[in-house]
Amino acid sequence: MNHKLEKYCSLFLYRYLPLTLLLLFIMVPFYWTLNTSLKLEGDITKMPIEYWPAPATFDNFIMSWNNVGFSLFFRNSMFIALSTVLIVLVLSILAGYAISRFSFKGKNAFMLLLLCTQFVPGAMLLIPLFMQFKAMQLTGTHLGLIITYSAFQLPFNAILMSGFIRGIPEALEEAAEVDGCNRLQAIFHVILPILIPGLVATSVFTFIGAWNEFLFALMFITKKSLFTLPVGLSYMQGEFDINYGALAAGSVIALVPVVILFSYVQKYLVQGLGAGAVKG
Amino acid sequence: MNALNNKKWWPYLFIAPSVILLVGFLFYPIANVFILSLQDYNPTKPYANGFTGFDNFTQIFTGDKIFYSTLVISLKWVLSEVVLQLLLGLILALLLNQTFRFRGLARAAAFLPWAISGVITATMWSIMFNEHFGVINDLLKRIGFISQNMAWTANPSTAFGSIVTAELWRGIPFFAITLLAAMQNIPGELYESCKVDGGGRWRSFFSITLPFLKDTIILTTLLRAVWEFNNVDLIFTMTGGGPANMTMTLPMYIANQAIKSNNYGYGSALTVIGVILLTIFAALYLKFSGFGKEE
Repeated sequence: MNHKLEKYCSLFLYRYLPLTLLLLFIMVPFYWTLNTSLKLEGDITKMPIEYWPAPATFDNFIMSWNNVGFSLFFRNSMFIALSTVLIVLVLSILAGYAISRFSFKGKNAFMLLLLCTQFVPGAMLLIPLFMQFKAMQLTGTHLGLIITYSAFQLPFNAILMSGFIRGIPEALEEAAEVDGCNRLQAIFHVILPILIPGLVATSVFTFIGAWNEFLFALMFITKKSLFTLPVGLSYMQGEFDINYGALAAGSVIALVPVVILFSYVQKYLVQGLGAGAVKG
Repeated sequence: MNALNNKKWWPYLFIAPSVILLVGFLFYPIANVFILSLQDYNPTKPYANGFTGFDNFTQIFTGDKIFYSTLVISLKWVLSEVVLQLLLGLILALLLNQTFRFRGLARAAAFLPWAISGVITATMWSIMFNEHFGVINDLLKRIGFISQNMAWTANPSTAFGSIVTAELWRGIPFFAITLLAAMQNIPGELYESCKVDGGGRWRSFFSITLPFLKDTIILTTLLRAVWEFNNVDLIFTMTGGGPANMTMTLPMYIANQAIKSNNYGYGSALTVIGVILLTIFAALYLKFSGFGKEE
């Protein structure tokens, strides 16, 4: 009996208590943002603080979507993120394939290039890249952002992709070549179908990265109609009179796609980050 | 078509677009920043633009008090973030590595902040930290920790702690995920034999788990240190570097020079210093990751 009690005590102390505390710390900001976004404007600042939105309302969502411009920001972010995904996907398949299937002169240099660019700091590129895009007349356009995000997202995803491709037996391609496929056809018909889970994971990581980026979007885009979601959120906080309900609703709007996609791929994350980022 | 059939060309054809993108839009601008750092360049004052030699650097090292404080604050920022994230991330990974009901759900929830942007994180925490109606003031008053509302992000003595807390929230999952991945590679027999030898929970942690994780911990810590050093969007949104420059890190200072003051030349000189500092880190990472040894 005593032994059983001791076991429960240790389980509580070593597992459930710390787990609950950490999960609380992680979940509370999500809850509080949702809670705030569902409150009537007057209820947000009412004292004492209400821990449950009663009555709940969708006014803030309607307000931020229609009046503040989040429907437009959402579309801009979606277009930029999806274009980035497309570019990164194609380039990282090609680069990943080259790394895992060929040995060639300069391969080590290319690997080093990929690794080093993981350290290239965003804020440090702000000024030179802005000048470069200005000369190319790409500031104030979404294309400039798409190019920037693709360059930043490519190294990690190319390394990740090479890992996925290495996991596919080369014999499969050889068999296809015996059957009369050339290399490109073999890649297309044999490798890509097997690679689909890896492609999904890569796409989602790229999407999240492009969806979240802020500094370049802030620097490059000045027209409000071209804003992305993070810039829209920051713009609202720069205003003299902040509408906190609409701000919280805007955050929830920006969160939704990321949360949905992330819940779908988070199981790949443990393998992916473990293999890709850390071991190089 | 001949070139396509010649297999020697294949790999170069495959990596060419990547090389063009990376060299053209990451390396070329970084190289450019060195030239720009020797100029006065402000698009709003075109009459004063031109080469000035090392004037920017002289000014940074002799007359810029904010620069030195940004170095100290950057160091404080990186250290506190990395140490706290590593510690809590390790605890979280240990917890999530056990088997229990709803573990999948707990993992999904625990990893989620990894996917959230700095701006959204900053927005969520700013609402919670609000002086007048923030839930943090309310909770702390309820448990008697404070007696009156605090302006957490606007008060010079609490602003830094506030941004550290918000970024901590976003950073724990990175360590939890990578350390959990490494833990899954530890052979279970090790723990069994430790148990047979009479080793308890702590003993097996210190003599098996920790030594096994050592390499991963070193690499993730270095990588994270670089990323946290570069972190700007959260600070930009939460405090903008204020109050009284108490949260002004070096990259934040560069972003301010670029976005708020249009001082592209001066900002570039600061960038050059940042790039040199980061190169040291990158070299350390490459050394510890054993790059080039296997291939």
